[in-house]
Amino acid sequence: MFVSYKWLQDYVDLSGITPEDLAEKITRSGIEVEGIEVPAEGVENVVIGHVLSCEKHPEADKLNICLVDVGEEEPVQIICGAANVGAGQKVAVAKVGAVLPGNFKIKKAKLRGEASNGMICSLQEIGIEGKLVPKEFAEGIFNFPQDAPVGEDAIEALMLNDSILELGLTPNRADAMSLIGVAYETGAIIDRPVKLPESDYTSTVEKASDVITVEVEAKQENPIYLAKVIKNIKIGPSPQWMQSRLIAAGIRPHNNVVDITNYVLLEYGQPLHAFDLDRLKTNKILVRLAKPGEKIETLDDTVRELLPHHLVITNGEEPVAIAGVMGGANTEVTGATVNVLLESAYFASSSIRQTSKDHGLRSEASSRYEKGVDPIRVELAAERAAQLLALYADGEVLSGTVAFDEQDKSEKQLTIELEKINRVLGMSLKTEEVLDLFRRLQINAHADGETIYVSAPTRRGDLVIEEDLIEEVARLYGYDHIPMTLPVHETNPGGLSVRQQKRRLIRQVLEGAGLMQAVTYSLTNDSKAGEFALDVREPVKLMMPMSEERSNLRLSIVPQLLESVSYNLARQQDSIAFYETGSVFLKEEGHELPKEDEHVAGAITGLWHFHAWQGEKKQADFYVLKGILDSLFERLGVASCIRYEKGNENDLHPGRTAAIYFNDEKIGYVGQVHPSKEKELDLKETYVFEVKLEAVYAYGQAPLQYTAIPRYPSITRDIALVVDREVQGGELERIIKEAGGSLLKSVKLFDLYEGDKMEEGKKSLAFSLNYMDPSRTLIDEEVVKAHDKVLKAVKEEAGADLRG
Amino acid sequence: MEERLKQLQFEAAERVNLSGSLKELNEVRVAYLGKKGPITEVLKGMGKLSAEERPKMGALANEVRDAITKVIEEKQLTLEAEAIEKKLQEESIDVTLPGRPVRTGTHHPLTSVIEEIEDLFISMGYKIEEGPEVEKDYYNFEALNLPKGHPARDMQDSFYITEDILLRTHTSPVQARTMERHQGKGPVKIICPGKVYRRDNDDATHSHQFMQIEGLVVDENIRMSDLKGTLNVFAKKMFGEDREIRLRPSFFPFTEPSVEMDISCKICGGKGCSVCKGTGWIEILGAGMVHPNVLEMAGFDSKKYTGFAFGMGPERIAMLKYGIDDIRHYYTNDHRFLTQFGQKEFN
Repeated sequence: MFVSYKWLQDYVDLSGITPEDLAEKITRSGIEVEGIEVPAEGVENVVIGHVLSCEKHPEADKLNICLVDVGEEEPVQIICGAANVGAGQKVAVAKVGAVLPGNFKIKKAKLRGEASNGMICSLQEIGIEGKLVPKEFAEGIFNFPQDAPVGEDAIEALMLNDSILELGLTPNRADAMSLIGVAYETGAIIDRPVKLPESDYTSTVEKASDVITVEVEAKQENPIYLAKVIKNIKIGPSPQWMQSRLIAAGIRPHNNVVDITNYVLLEYGQPLHAFDLDRLKTNKILVRLAKPGEKIETLDDTVRELLPHHLVITNGEEPVAIAGVMGGANTEVTGATVNVLLESAYFASSSIRQTSKDHGLRSEASSRYEKGVDPIRVELAAERAAQLLALYADGEVLSGTVAFDEQDKSEKQLTIELEKINRVLGMSLKTEEVLDLFRRLQINAHADGETIYVSAPTRRGDLVIEEDLIEEVARLYGYDHIPMTLPVHETNPGGLSVRQQKRRLIRQVLEGAGLMQAVTYSLTNDSKAGEFALDVREPVKLMMPMSEERSNLRLSIVPQLLESVSYNLARQQDSIAFYETGSVFLKEEGHELPKEDEHVAGAITGLWHFHAWQGEKKQADFYVLKGILDSLFERLGVASCIRYEKGNENDLHPGRTAAIYFNDEKIGYVGQVHPSKEKELDLKETYVFEVKLEAVYAYGQAPLQYTAIPRYPSITRDIALVVDREVQGGELERIIKEAGGSLLKSVKLFDLYEGDKMEEGKKSLAFSLNYMDPSRTLIDEEVVKAHDKVLKAVKEEAGADLRG
Repeated sequence: MEERLKQLQFEAAERVNLSGSLKELNEVRVAYLGKKGPITEVLKGMGKLSAEERPKMGALANEVRDAITKVIEEKQLTLEAEAIEKKLQEESIDVTLPGRPVRTGTHHPLTSVIEEIEDLFISMGYKIEEGPEVEKDYYNFEALNLPKGHPARDMQDSFYITEDILLRTHTSPVQARTMERHQGKGPVKIICPGKVYRRDNDDATHSHQFMQIEGLVVDENIRMSDLKGTLNVFAKKMFGEDREIRLRPSFFPFTEPSVEMDISCKICGGKGCSVCKGTGWIEILGAGMVHPNVLEMAGFDSKKYTGFAFGMGPERIAMLKYGIDDIRHYYTNDHRFLTQFGQKEFN
């Protein structure tokens, strides 16, 4: 909503308050002023000129040589390129030395040999938006009315030296969608009275009801319909001040009739519509719901199909307007219009909202109806428009109004205790103070002791419950005056749940290990949705996606992480390491909501470690990632539950993937992205993991207990075992541990050899075995005995021979 | 003999002095103090001396031997020190060369902001609550005083999965669910962070997915002044002790009265600049007193209980804190962006 500072002064005295002050006050107490615009800011030296003569430039077809009286001793010669310039016109002239918007300075010039001492301006050139310039002047220079005084300031005549306040209205403040509404608000804030316009005019003996009839079928959707008749109007431009005010409010002027309906809409917030009475043909208005298949051509030259829930104004036969949204072309007021039927109505907001949405049409009218108009103003606005039509369109207003009106216009009665106001706000206001605030709002209120009775005016449809009144008190008294306290109540310890603590630990460990936290989108496309999924199933799909790219909820985090990896690779970032924690969404039979399963995933590629000048270089590989997971499980206290097995996952390298088990439940994988997938995604060798966290979160680990530090030395034996290539190192390690008994404290792989010195199909794995007894020094024989058992077991169970 | 001993002492001192290395010094030691050395030689001739002179000469010989030993030891210390010095010289390295890099990851800036806010409110006795991202229409809208047909719940603005299920458009359904779980008994004192989704085309200031963090306190006698005091603590901890706050009236369906909170602009200190668009204030969050309908729907007696709620966007907070200019940065995960947030901030 755009509010002209100057126009607002018609209704409330703003003396002593600058537009900036006003904006600040309004913002602080109720409605955010999003900006203040001065349309002709910095524009100087533009005056009204009289074009005395206008001739074609001998050297240029499109230029005219004009002699213009600008109120100085001598007329000035100006070369003008506008097609619509002509002798006798009153125009806006930027004199030499003038400044136009954008700090454009007008200087003396010569155009094809002819002197040009100034510029004849279009409205756009002096700061008016093109879409607001009246159509007849949209393509050329502007003409003032013939009686415009030569030499006077054109900016002043156009009322552009004004400040326009842009109000950002919240949906509850429909009352401020009019100048009068803003005046009430302003009056309350600065504690000054509001002056309402008066509607005096003389009406004819002939009655409107002699000419037209009004019938409403859809009473639910249309509780009030008023019609007035204005005869013998003269269509022409509306007065300049009215046009300027419309432009300030963001509405393009058309002709006096249309402008007046728009002017009153802005003034009262009540939409009006003027029908060409003669084109209405039947002299009858029937308001009803549309019939199936019915069509109407609206004012924007579009034929629209109507649905049975659309409210239409008809002439008894066919639709002449989509109620509250847009008029029909068949009854449009034109230059030839003589008699007018003026509609002022109250339409139900839900009906208008639906209709406007169905047609994708939002107008000044519909946006007001949607939020609800003041039923009392339906008639006031009609009378005001009649007065203006009599004044500025020479119309003869027929006496009376033809009306259908079944709307309850009584004020809602609210009661509130002073104690409640003070309790909710944490203040100690007195009854008189509260009553005074309502007086400023021009809301009737009285008190009985500390009980306050408020009669909510019809213009304030937002005042429904006690809390609405508390808000009125708070905002007008000023939030600055509310003290600052902290809740006083039974204290509960705050904190993170175990799950939240574990999640933070996961972040800590992974970041400590060198992975960056990424955040990716949950929505993905059809093909990505199923990739890398631990639970392969139909993804959850959106009903109406904005694009195919964001139409499915993810089943795995990895695809989006890989997208982020590709993004970086394409930008010369070669060594990437990401992790992300977040939900994947699993459709579940018999459940309304999908299961949101929290996962952690990661992806690494490129050099893991690079320290060039000392010759250290380590490529990211499977074991880097597995090592990180190991330390993660260690820190989470679940390492003893975790097992890796050779894995076989979609989209992963079949020979370089491990499935991760938590006891017997498969909870994840770690492996290399399948080379064909890497190629498809423009990736280099990339390793990924994804782990479901539910089991980890749920696991209650044993409390930490100290183990005594050993006081006796341990004995280390190294063995190199030759086995078939297929034998898994993890299996060997398991066998060794089992056979080593209680003395064997640790087993560490320290070498793997598969080179050409080995027999075909064999490999050698070297382990370091550490034996110890915490209670005494071991003797060699005991170790030999245990060690022999290990060698025997690996031979028997895995066919392992000691490497010679 | 006496002369000979004195001369030996002198000679030995001379040679010790000339020794340039431990090896040379050792040769001197062997030459003078060894079993075949000149002193031993001299002492062998003691037999020829008189009984009177013998102890005198013996004492003198010992004196000379001790003196030589002493100079040798002294010289040895010097030479050893020189040798260490030399070794250290040889071992010296260029300490300005780069160290072995230790790879570290970083929090995503949104996580940093969220954890900072969480921790602040935990210290004031709040718990962290979470809820589903795919939510029932009831919790996302109806329970929050947005009945069916309300303009703010337009199908065009939300991602629906079925008629009754959608991607939550705010974290407020977590409030509704938490209140419901409390079965009408206070206090409720929670912070709800999480991902939310709206039908917006992604551009510099819009994202179809973003984060929200909300707070809710419900109990008997919770006042608007408590909200203001709480937000004041938040603003000062988060943005600096010298920040001022102001509340402006606003509108949200789930609170009444509703306000927006601004903080005084850090850049210009409230005088007005391009960051605060000349107003001296920067909008941070929305808040208000929980609407009685919301309390009642969640099973709280709105005559007895009151509450306040507030909500904000971590993206915006991070943008203001770090001067980030494009919301898409948060979701493209450009390494060059993420690595900028490795440094821990302390306040």
